[in-house]
Parts: sequence; C-alpha cells; structure tokens
Amino acid sequence: MPISDWFKAREQRKYTVVSPGAAAELPDGVWLKCAGCKHTVYRGDFEKNLNVCPHCGHHAEMPAPARVRALADEGTFEEMDSGLTSTDPLRFTAAKPYAATLDLARETTGLAEAVVTGRALLDGHPVVLGAMDFRFIGASMGTAVGEKVARAFDRAREESRAVVFVTASGGARMQEGMLSLMQMAKTAATVRRLSDTGLPYVAVLANPTYGGVTASFPVLADVIFAEPGAMIGFAGPKLVEETTRQSLPKGFQTAESLVKHGFVDAVVPRTEMKAAVGRVLDYLCAPEVHPAAEGAACPVPGGEGS
Amino acid sequence: MAAVRHVMEFERPIVELERQLEDLKRLDVSGQPGLAEEIAQLEAEIEMLKEALYSALTPWERVQIARHPERPKTQDYVEVLFTDVVELRGDRAYGDDEAMFAGLATIDGVRCVVLGHRKGKNTSENIRRNFGSPHPEGFRKARRAMLLAEKFHLPVVSFLDTAGAYPGIEAEERGQAWAIAECLETLAGLATPVVVVGIGEGGSGGALAIGFGDRLIMLENAYYSVISPEMCSLILFKDPQHAAETASALRLTAADLLDLGIADEVVEEPLGGAHRDPAPVFARVEDAIVRALRELAKVPADELVGRRQERLAAIGRAAVRE
Repeated sequence: MPISDWFKAREQRKYTVVSPGAAAELPDGVWLKCAGCKHTVYRGDFEKNLNVCPHCGHHAEMPAPARVRALADEGTFEEMDSGLTSTDPLRFTAAKPYAATLDLARETTGLAEAVVTGRALLDGHPVVLGAMDFRFIGASMGTAVGEKVARAFDRAREESRAVVFVTASGGARMQEGMLSLMQMAKTAATVRRLSDTGLPYVAVLANPTYGGVTASFPVLADVIFAEPGAMIGFAGPKLVEETTRQSLPKGFQTAESLVKHGFVDAVVPRTEMKAAVGRVLDYLCAPEVHPAAEGAACPVPGGEGS
Repeated sequence: MAAVRHVMEFERPIVELERQLEDLKRLDVSGQPGLAEEIAQLEAEIEMLKEALYSALTPWERVQIARHPERPKTQDYVEVLFTDVVELRGDRAYGDDEAMFAGLATIDGVRCVVLGHRKGKNTSENIRRNFGSPHPEGFRKARRAMLLAEKFHLPVVSFLDTAGAYPGIEAEERGQAWAIAECLETLAGLATPVVVVGIGEGGSGGALAIGFGDRLIMLENAYYSVISPEMCSLILFKDPQHAAETASALRLTAADLLDLGIADEVVEEPLGGAHRDPAPVFARVEDAIVRALRELAKVPADELVGRRQERLAAIGRAAVRE
C-alpha cells in the first residue's frame, strides 16, 4: 500500500473509547496510558507530541510511516519500493511457519515489510529517508529489509541525496537464516559506497536497536543521534546478564551511556530531532564546496537536482 | 588416527560397541574357537553402523561436530599450512584480544595476512582466549590487519571458528556493534583478495566480521548461522530443547550454504569429522586456499572489489518480490 493510502486509512479509522489503564499504548482509542509514568494521556495530544508523553517525556514506539512524516518536509515524502517483501526463501518452520508470521505482520501493520524508505526534503535538503517499524517482526532485517536499505543508499548515491535513517530493530531475521546475516555485509557495503562519494548519512537510533542491525548500517553513519532512553547494543541485556552472571551497571546500553562511552553524538528528544538533523545537513551539504571535493557534495536546497 | 577423548551424544551407541570389542580382544583367543569370528563380526558391525551414522548426519549433529573440542583449530591450520608466521597483536586503541588471531604468514610461497577466531585446546588456553569469542579489540585488531593487507597488497586468509562475539558488559561498553560494523564496511571495499575458510563454528555477527570476501570455503561439518540453534529455539519455542529442529530450519550446514550461493566450495572431512583424522583435511584445505589465491591473484583489485560488492548485493534478491 502506498504511504498516502496508509495515511488516508489512518485518518478514516473510527476511534473507540476504551477504559483507561487497560493496556499501555493501545492501537486504537481516545485515551492511552503512558508506559513511563502511567499517566492517562489523550491520544490526540500524544500523537501531536510524536508519541512522546507530555507528562514525563517517555518516548513510546512509533510506526515507520509516522516517523517519516515527522522528519520530512510536509508533502515531500515519496515512498520507494513500497511493495517489496520477503518470500520465505528457506520455507522456515519452527514452532510456527514463518509465512504465517509474515502474513500476520503485514495484516497488523498494513506494511509490506519492516522498513519504509523514500525520497524527501528535510529542511529543504534532498534526502533519502528511511525508518524501521518495530511492529513488523521486531523490525528484524531479512532479505527484503536488506534490499530496501541497500536500494535506499544506492538511490541516494545516484541522485546525490543525503541519507537519514531511523533505526529500531531486534536484529537479523533468523527465519531467513544466513541470507539475513549476509544483509549486514550487504548494507554495510552500500554505506561505504555512499560515503566514498562524499554524501552525508545521519542515523537516528531509536528504542530498541540491537544485534545484527546495530552492527551494520546504523552505526556507520557520519553523525549518530539517539532518542532519550533508547536501548542500543549488540547483545541483549538479558543475554549479557545470563552470560556474565554479573548485575548490569546502571544505564547499561542506554542512549545516554552510549554518549558517555563515545559511540553516539547526542541524545536528542524526538520533538527536536528534525531540527537537529537539519542542522547537521546544513553543515555537511554546505553549498561552499572545497575545490578538492567538487562534484562530490549533495546539492544545495532549491538548487540543481533538488 | 588419534584416539578421540570427547564423545558426542549421538555417537554413544558406537562407542559402547567399540568398548565391547576391546573387551573381547582382551580375552584369550586360543582357548575359544568362535571368538575370533565373533570379533570380526562385531568389527564389521561397528563399521557398518559408523557408515550409516556418519554418512547421514543431521544438521544438529554437524553442529556438535563443528564444536568438538578436539576439532582442528585456527592455530593448527596456521601451524600446519603456513610458514614464517609473524603474529600481529593489539588494536592500537585498548588492548590485545587473544580470541582473535592476526598475523603475516606464507602459504605455498604466497605471503598473506591471516585472520582467525582462536579457540583454546585446553581450559587455560580457553580462558585466555575467551573460548574464541572476541571483544571489540579483537575485531579492531582484525580490521587493522585487513588494512595492512590492503596497503601492502597481501591477500587475506580468514579462518572462522567462533560461537559469536562475546556478549559481555565491557564488550558492549567498548562498542561491540561498532567494531563489527567497521569490519564489515572495511571488508566490503578492501582492495585485496579475501579468502574465508569456515573450519568450525560460524556464529553470527562475530563470524561475519571476518567472514565474507571473494571465496567462502566451508568444511563439510562446519556451520555458519545467523543465530545458534539453541538461541533460536529459546526465542521461538521459549526453551532451548528444540535445537535439533531449529538447526535444520536455519539451513546452516556447509551444503546448505552452497545451495544458497553463499559458499563456493565444501571440503570433505573423514567419516565422523576432521578430528578423527586431521591430516587429509589439512591437505584439502591447503589445496582449496592455494587454488583460490591463485585465481584471485589474476583479478585486478578494483574489479575484485566490484565483483565482491555485486555478489553481496545479489544475496537475497531472489528471495524478495516487488
């Protein structure tokens, strides 16, 4: 489904009243309960605030289409490869068939896969914008996600656009076996090709970003931002605790601790993210190109090719 | 053929019969006319049973062979196949990780950079080498060696044998994901031939960090997987007891990888696994590496990188639809 239809369907959805406190982050309904402070929040306020609790600032999960809408200049997002999806290459069955898991994910999210990519302007800068959707099998990366990510970077290179990617993922999609693991190398290769042309890449790490996804395209960005409280790492905290039999330090694997350890540039609240990314692009897509780098930088906003 | 100390669960029936055979052989044959015949019969029976068991190994049984403590390790391949070894140590940032080997070495007259996950042969070695599970320093050392190979036009030969990158507190705090991703990015564009040999375990991202290139040679009983069968079982079944089932579903054997177009060549092992008779395995692996290096030496570096990236880009393309 093209993203414009998704928005239309979303607007036409009839909201139902549910008793507050039934469940955190309800898919439909007028009232929500914040998972952070347990306050009851009016859904409209919550969404207007980009799924950030107006009381405690807790950053709730955000579907990829909403992410893209929050970052792109109004009306500029043009989705790419919207129908691209995996075909269950291994005929994987364990506990339940992977094909059924895929069908359910498509049904519940209205998306064909766990990532949304497209062309857009961000503060006037031509970009390829990508966002992962954790509702879709934990936004795990299989062949289709890998292919969409690779195409996003390749298109950016071909069209001289910057890349802005919002990640959230449980890791590589185990139901596609080694084909999934190899997507880590495939996506890393496309980041390198983009980087070689001198086009900027800004990553936004959202909660949670783990495993084979973290260890591939997200952390290879020129500038890395993370959302407040986001959990980011390679091995999950439970596995680390079980393997080491040590209690985890306070703030382990949080965005804030990653800044402290030198792996993330800044923790930026979601409501300020677009401005923060835009400022970086203002610098890295600067119109004054040094002669040595001529022909390499991305176009000036409003200029040729935008 | 060396006596094997570690017995895998699925081999127990054979080991039991072999014990009975030993008992019979200790008896005085001269006093009992039928005994020699009985021994011969039992020997034949054991051989048949071995043939039946080892020629139809399940993926889960192969995973156990891949993890066998007596299976030849990276250090064995380095010692047997290479000469004039100069070890390179340290990541120039934090420390030296003994779970990762890096060095300069020569095979069949070809000077190379050799990388490999390094499991120990005994408990003290394993503790020093963290059972072959690297920290970020290990991957950064490997990356340092990759760049050195590129700078001095030396091909890279990489041996895979790890359960995975170490899931520890310090490993996370020192950027495990960053260290692996940087290896991937470096390998993807490294302008020198890269030959990878899966000799034992190929555990997820920790294996992939030094685990792709221009050729992937897999030992018959080596495996390479996105996740361990046990962890996959834990996630999908909520218990680790279905590992045999997930080992099959994950398509992680050497033969599977050949089918999927990820591996290029499978090196045959003796019946029961490389640890039962390593000499022919060393010879075959040497032959496969030398052949690959000779072929790749003919390809100009930029073309090599182009081909490697095209090959990566193609992985999974047949598995998606628009």
